[in-house]
Amino acid sequence: MTTITSIAPANATGKTHTRTHRAPRRQRLLRWLFVAPALAYMALFFGYPLVNNIVMSFQRYTPKTYFTGEAPFNGLDNWRAVFANELFTDAVWHTMLFTVGSLLGQFTIGLALAVFFSRRFRLSGMVRAVLLLPWLVPMVVSAVVWRRILDQEHGMLNTVLHAVGLVPADGVPWLSSPSVALLSAVLVNIWIGIPFNMVILYGGLQEIPRDVYEAAALDGSGPWRTFRSITLPMLRPVITVVLVLGFMSTVKILDLILALTSGGPADSTQTLGTVTYQLSFLQLDFGQGAVVGNVLILISAVFAVLYLRANRADFGKGK
Amino acid sequence: MPSLAGRIRAGAARAGGARVPVLAATLACATAALGLTGCAAEPDPGTVTVLNSATDTAEHTANQRFFDRCAKPLGVRVEQVSVPADQIASKVLRMASSDSLTDILELDGSELPQFAQTEGLRPLAEAGVDTSGFSASATSLGSYDGVQYGIARSVNSLALIYNTKLLKDAGIDPPRTWAELREAAKKLTAGDTYGMAFSASPNADGVYQFLPFFWSAGGDEAKLDNGKGEAALQLWKDLVADGSASRSVVNWNQQDVNDQFMAGRAAMMINGPWQVPVLSAQKNVDWAVASIPVPEAGRAAVPPIGGTVMAVPKNEDDPAREKKAGELLNCLNSEQNQLQWGESVNNVPTRAAAAQAYATQNPKLAAFADLVTTARSRTAQVGTGWPVVGDALAGAFQSVLTGRTSPEQAMHRAQQQASAGK
Repeated sequence: MTTITSIAPANATGKTHTRTHRAPRRQRLLRWLFVAPALAYMALFFGYPLVNNIVMSFQRYTPKTYFTGEAPFNGLDNWRAVFANELFTDAVWHTMLFTVGSLLGQFTIGLALAVFFSRRFRLSGMVRAVLLLPWLVPMVVSAVVWRRILDQEHGMLNTVLHAVGLVPADGVPWLSSPSVALLSAVLVNIWIGIPFNMVILYGGLQEIPRDVYEAAALDGSGPWRTFRSITLPMLRPVITVVLVLGFMSTVKILDLILALTSGGPADSTQTLGTVTYQLSFLQLDFGQGAVVGNVLILISAVFAVLYLRANRADFGKGK
Repeated sequence: MPSLAGRIRAGAARAGGARVPVLAATLACATAALGLTGCAAEPDPGTVTVLNSATDTAEHTANQRFFDRCAKPLGVRVEQVSVPADQIASKVLRMASSDSLTDILELDGSELPQFAQTEGLRPLAEAGVDTSGFSASATSLGSYDGVQYGIARSVNSLALIYNTKLLKDAGIDPPRTWAELREAAKKLTAGDTYGMAFSASPNADGVYQFLPFFWSAGGDEAKLDNGKGEAALQLWKDLVADGSASRSVVNWNQQDVNDQFMAGRAAMMINGPWQVPVLSAQKNVDWAVASIPVPEAGRAAVPPIGGTVMAVPKNEDDPAREKKAGELLNCLNSEQNQLQWGESVNNVPTRAAAAQAYATQNPKLAAFADLVTTARSRTAQVGTGWPVVGDALAGAFQSVLTGRTSPEQAMHRAQQQASAGK
């Protein structure tokens, strides 16, 4: 629920904005004064690095730069090198599959659980709390634990699947086969992301007035029809929030992959995040690293804009 | 070799990618103001500062003992700034951009060229450091473009560590050639135990472990597709195809390999002397060290040389500090200090005479002492190009082990990648 209120200011600022035109000069100045610290903060910690990162992607930025301060411009060299790099092209695909797969899984399961728990029953609160656990565990810890679970020979998953006769004795090569590793990473990320989706969607469900459901029931609507015609439409603003936030945190994934597979086997789990890391911090080619970083920022920016538009539309019409 | 966990922690801290260094640079002064090294503050003339990766308490204390011993006659104190091994490089860069470098930097040997190329390091001869009497491999570890910028107190390498009981029960001597290795590994594979374990992870660990096979076969890091390295890929592939090594080797770092060995799930493994304290502390498995098997009998093994080197950054404002750092390095590298230091960290001293004494006093680790004399530096040929070459090699063995490409294709592609990255 808190999330929804925190989104509301988008609406509030919209209103204030229209009012500013009428407000006296002094009052207007005062308003800017209040906004100033936030603006300064954004410019310093967000704007400055962002601009620098863009500039950096057109420079030969190497360890030497840190000693001499010289970073000669090299035009589009970094961009050309990155786009010609097969690893980058592969990483774009992997990132896309990883993100879409993760979001689909997280969202569907999260929504199903949210709907399930929105009916009141005994111990529902406690079970919900337990389901939150994956969210509380640090990403790296989850990854290390999952690495053990997914181990082909001694991992728990294969042992269990074999015991119920689902897989042959040598098990599924979860992390050691290039054709399965990305799927395994997606599964782990889904597991990690379910609580976030569930909590926010659960909050959204609580917001839907009970009497709408009662009216639907009186009209003789079945559970599926109720879900499609009432729950989903009324949940839409929350769904956009969940999906966009989920997208932004998934697309730049790094720690999970590094801990799980280090991008392997055979580069099958390299994503834009791991490629940036590799270029910048292992090869110390900060210029090329910045290019991939910029691509990531660009992708996130596109979705951030979509998100803002979607929200403006929702709140503009609603309430 | 940095552990995976450490690398991940660093990775997490650096998530957000390329934006970080810029931000870090701007924040360097701010952080410095919070009590680290001064941004504009005058360095204390009575203190020599060292940046190293001794974050482990025991290692930090041991280091300090040697530093104190050498600093006392010089009338100075030594202060260590320790950060995790995989963060050394970025820390040095931040310090360089804020003009707050320590008087001595302890860098990983494979990273030295990157820093030597910046022209920010003082050639050791100019800083008055005596670099005579060192083994050739140790000298090359600290050199860039024929100039020595770094000096290693001790070095490590890789060897074959085996479970003495399992080999004895099977009536097998430690294998000396690749053919013997394959055969022994096959015989030793039974039940839950694989004959052989090694790290083929797609990062520094895996590359480090691939090199002894690659080099012994005649592979050349400057020309990956010279037709020789394929044999090493084939050997690794065969070991996995035979079922003598787990298919999970593509995920194992050197720590994982050691864990498998200690759990009795591997009869032999490739690993380095840094595992010795852990191995000695456990009671389940009796182990011994042998040289890494070579393609044919009579050939010398060519393992990689690893370890850290100490370098002196240029200090134009205060050349006296450079000199003091040089004197400290001379003392740390006296024969006696090297020998004692080597024993405390289970690495081999770099002065030939000290290495000799080390082998005699630690017969169990003598194999390592012998190996480092023929060991080869990763950066001697390709210098700053090493990270790209290393990545290309990792790509090659990973795609061969997972059955994506043939060894020939893999090496061909690796060479393309390595030359594209230049």
